[in-house]
Amino acid sequence: MEGTAVQRRLIWQVATVAAVTRETPSVRTIELSVPDWPGHRAGQHLDVRLTAEDGYTAERSYSIASAPGEPVSITVERLKDGEVSPYLTEELRVGDQLELRGPVGGYFVWEATDPGPLLLIAGGSGIVPLRAILRQRRRSGSDVPVRLLYSSRTLPDVIYRDELDSYRDDISASYTLTRTQPPDWTGYAGRVNSALLAEVAWPAHKEPLTFVCGPTSFVETVAEGLVHLGYQPGRVKTERFGASGGR
Amino acid sequence: MSPITRGFRGRRNMLAGAENRVPPGQYMTDGFPVLSAGPTPHTPLDQWTFSIRQDGGELKSWSWEEIQALPAENVTVDIHCVTRWSKLDTEWRGVSMDTLLGAVEHDDGYILAFCDGGYTTNLPVADVTGGQAWVAYEYDGGPLDPEHGGPARLLVPHLYFWKSAKWVRGVELLDHDEPGFWETYGYHMYGDPWKEQRYSGD
Repeated sequence: MEGTAVQRRLIWQVATVAAVTRETPSVRTIELSVPDWPGHRAGQHLDVRLTAEDGYTAERSYSIASAPGEPVSITVERLKDGEVSPYLTEELRVGDQLELRGPVGGYFVWEATDPGPLLLIAGGSGIVPLRAILRQRRRSGSDVPVRLLYSSRTLPDVIYRDELDSYRDDISASYTLTRTQPPDWTGYAGRVNSALLAEVAWPAHKEPLTFVCGPTSFVETVAEGLVHLGYQPGRVKTERFGASGGR
Repeated sequence: MSPITRGFRGRRNMLAGAENRVPPGQYMTDGFPVLSAGPTPHTPLDQWTFSIRQDGGELKSWSWEEIQALPAENVTVDIHCVTRWSKLDTEWRGVSMDTLLGAVEHDDGYILAFCDGGYTTNLPVADVTGGQAWVAYEYDGGPLDPEHGGPARLLVPHLYFWKSAKWVRGVELLDHDEPGFWETYGYHMYGDPWKEQRYSGD
């Protein structure tokens, strides 16, 4: 596994909210103005620290939603019983300040020079780092073929819908809705399983590079299904968010 | 001095008595989140071994049955993941690293744990001896699930949990500290949660 040593020290710095965008009823994108951002790679994440008036702090990690060279943004889903995500999705507004440091992580990262067709598979807000990859692909002028499979509960839960639609002629995107489907829905219905993977994923002999991000059980199913299809485990990169309750 | 984040109050969901058990920057969870960089490996037990290596050679190796036959310990410990969740009073069963490393003669100061799937992580020998580390094969009274590192994982609870390598297959003895998988990607070489040693330079 190729290593890129990041030995630079990560320092907390103050970021100012530059814009907020409602993506779905429970998801918001927050664009941050970070004076000394060192730059990032598509797929990395950052740490956020919030400080209450009495000095109490809470820290969380979020995937970076923007491509390298774009303003830093994160896309946050409000979690039931969450401590930080309800604040970020409901309360935070333009001009507010929080602290962040990053970028963090160097494995779940895509570079335009990486060989092989790309397979991107997202469950729910797992689309966030994959959106950074799609944006980076467009910005870099890469013509690497892409297949995207995105699983959401319902159509209104699909994050970045318009943006993903804008790639329509350029990438092969498949959607599945697990809970309810509108009457005119032409995508897939139900959870991702091996049959769906066999249908939409690249054949293994094309040696695709795969990024899978979503809830733990989703990622387990997908990664295992791809290995059964003959994918090399070392080219299936995963990022999971667990049933951790506190985010 | 951190600026106040307007309107943020936080929840302070700390259990009474747990204040001194959750390191800075962590929150408590009752779940057991999973983090791994790739697909979960599934090595059949009849092909599983745990080996101690040095200079490219194997000093000692145990089969699954041999490991099971070694004296086992039940341990109840708090665990702390660098992604910020902490879980208290987790119950494990496994073989102490003292027992395993005690089976070979060496004077090395470091190990690099190696695993199915290619994962590695580095640790000082001083941190995996003295009753501080185990090769754990049971969690919460049952076999360790593959997604949590089964059939066996390293358990080094006083360091961030990425040091408790899942799917562990052995350790390489080294006379120097060598970064493992996440350490190469900028995570801390040692990883003390009480000092918040998350990333290189912390």
